[in-house]
Amino acid sequence: MSNQIIIVNNVVKKFKKFTAVDKVSFTVDKGEMFAFLGPNGAGKTTTIRMLTTLLHPTSGRLVINGFNPLKEQQEVRSSFGIVFQDFSLDNELTALENLRFHAALYSVPKKLAEERIEYLLKLVDLWDRRNDFIKTYSGGMKRRLEIARGLVHHPKILFLDEPTLGLDPQTRNNMWDYIKKLNKDEGMTVFFTTHYMHEAEKYADRIAIIDHGKLLTIGTADQLRKKTKTESLEDAFLKLTGHGIRDESGKSIDALRTAAKSWGNR
Amino acid sequence: MKAIYVMWLRQLIRFWRTKSRIIASLAQPILFLVALGFGLGPIYAKSGGGSYIQFLAPGIIGMSILFTAMFAGMEVIWDRQFGFLKETLVSPSSRFSIFLGRTLGGATVALIQGIVLFIITLIIGFRPTSIALLPLALVFMFLLAFIFTALGTALAIKVEDMQAFPLIMNFIIMPVFFLSGALYPLATASGVIKTIALFDPLSYQIDAIRSILTGAAHFGLMVDFTVSLVCAAIVTMLGIYFFNRVEV
Repeated sequence: MSNQIIIVNNVVKKFKKFTAVDKVSFTVDKGEMFAFLGPNGAGKTTTIRMLTTLLHPTSGRLVINGFNPLKEQQEVRSSFGIVFQDFSLDNELTALENLRFHAALYSVPKKLAEERIEYLLKLVDLWDRRNDFIKTYSGGMKRRLEIARGLVHHPKILFLDEPTLGLDPQTRNNMWDYIKKLNKDEGMTVFFTTHYMHEAEKYADRIAIIDHGKLLTIGTADQLRKKTKTESLEDAFLKLTGHGIRDESGKSIDALRTAAKSWGNR
Repeated sequence: MKAIYVMWLRQLIRFWRTKSRIIASLAQPILFLVALGFGLGPIYAKSGGGSYIQFLAPGIIGMSILFTAMFAGMEVIWDRQFGFLKETLVSPSSRFSIFLGRTLGGATVALIQGIVLFIITLIIGFRPTSIALLPLALVFMFLLAFIFTALGTALAIKVEDMQAFPLIMNFIIMPVFFLSGALYPLATASGVIKTIALFDPLSYQIDAIRSILTGAAHFGLMVDFTVSLVCAAIVTMLGIYFFNRVEV
C-alpha cells in the first residue's frame, strides 16, 4: 500500500452536466514511469488538474504521496512538479528570474536553488540564454525551461501534460533521456500524457488508456498489445478508442494570443 | 513570507520594464487636472471657494491611484490566460501569500503613480500647506492603493472573461470616482450625493489626503483612517476567499 504514490479511487468530475472524468480508478507505484493516453478531450488534463489540486473532484478519493489533495494541499503541492500543456512562464521575466521565483515559491534555500538552477539550465542547454526574456524564446526553449523549472524543487512526482508537443526529435529525445535518468537515479515517479505512442511504448512502465472520461485499460505495452491482439501500441490504442476524430472544445487562449499580439502587448 | 516578497517584486519588475505605461496612464489625470482646474477654477473662485486647483489636486491624485490600482487586476487576467497564474496557484505557497504579494505589488505601483502625479500637481500650481505631513498623506495614498488593488485583484480572479473585466472595472470605477468628493466639496453637495458619498470608500482616503495637504477636512482624519482600515480588511478577506476557492 505504501508503495503507491498516486491513488485514484472512483473519481468523478462533472462540469455542469458534462462528465469529464467518470468513475476512474488506478494507482501508480513509487518510481514508476506512467503514461496516461487518450484522444483529445478524453479527460487526461482534467485528471491531472485534479491530481495537482487545481480542480476539486465531484466525488471519489485521491491520494498523492500519502496526502489528500483536498485537505492537505500544501503537502501535496510540495510533492510534485508539473509541466502544463499550455505554457505557464512569465514572458516579461528572464529565464533565470522565472526559475528563481519558482524556487522562492517552493521555499528552496537560496544557495541550493542557485546551484540547482545552474545545473538544470546547463542540462536543458539554456544557460547561455539565461538572461534573455521569455518572450524571445521559441516554443521548444520554453518547454525545456518549463521542464527545468518543474525540477528545481526536486519533486517526488513529475507531471508532464503533453510535454513534447511541438518539439523537434532531437529535443524530444534529449528530454526523455534526462527524465528517464532522473526516474532511475532519483526514483522520481513520472506521470505523463502524450499523443506519440512510441514515447509511451519506449519510456512508460505501464500505460493507461482513457476515453470519454472512462478508463478503458491499464497495463504494460506488451499486455495491451496482447489484450487487443494487435501489432503495435498505436493499433491497440486505435482499436480501443475507435477511429473517429475528436473535437476538443475550442480554446479561447489561441484567439487571445493572436489578439494579444496585434495589441502589441507581450 | 518569501512568496509575498517575490510576488511583490515581480509586480515591480514588470512595472519598471514597461515604463512607457507610466506616461500613458498619467495622461488622463493630467487632463482632468488641467481641464477642470483651469476651466472651472474661475467659477469656483467666484463662488467664494478659493483656489480650485488647491481643492482638486488631492482628488486627482486619488483618481490616478484608483485607476492604476483597480486595473492591477488586469494582470491577473493576463496571468490566467498566459498560464503563469497556474504556476503560482499550484505552488505550496499559500493562496493568502500569493494574493497579498500581488496586492502589495500592485498597490506599490499605484502609490508610485500617485507620487509622480503629486509632483506634477506641484508644477501645475498646487501648494500643500504642510510638507512635513507628507508622510501621513502617503499612508492614506497607500491605503487607497491597497484597497482598490485588492478589490481589482479579487474581482479579476472571479471574472475569467478578459473582455468583460474592463467593462466591469469601469462600471465600478466611474461611480466610485465621481461620487467621492474628489471633484467637488461634499459639504455643499446635495443631500443625495452626500449620502452616497458616505458609502463610497474613496471619499475617506481623498478626504484624508486633502485635509492633510490643505487643511480642509469633511469627515475628519480618525474617521477616514478607521473606515479605510475596515475597507482594507474586508477586501483582503474577499480576495483570500476567492483565491482559496479558485479552480483553474
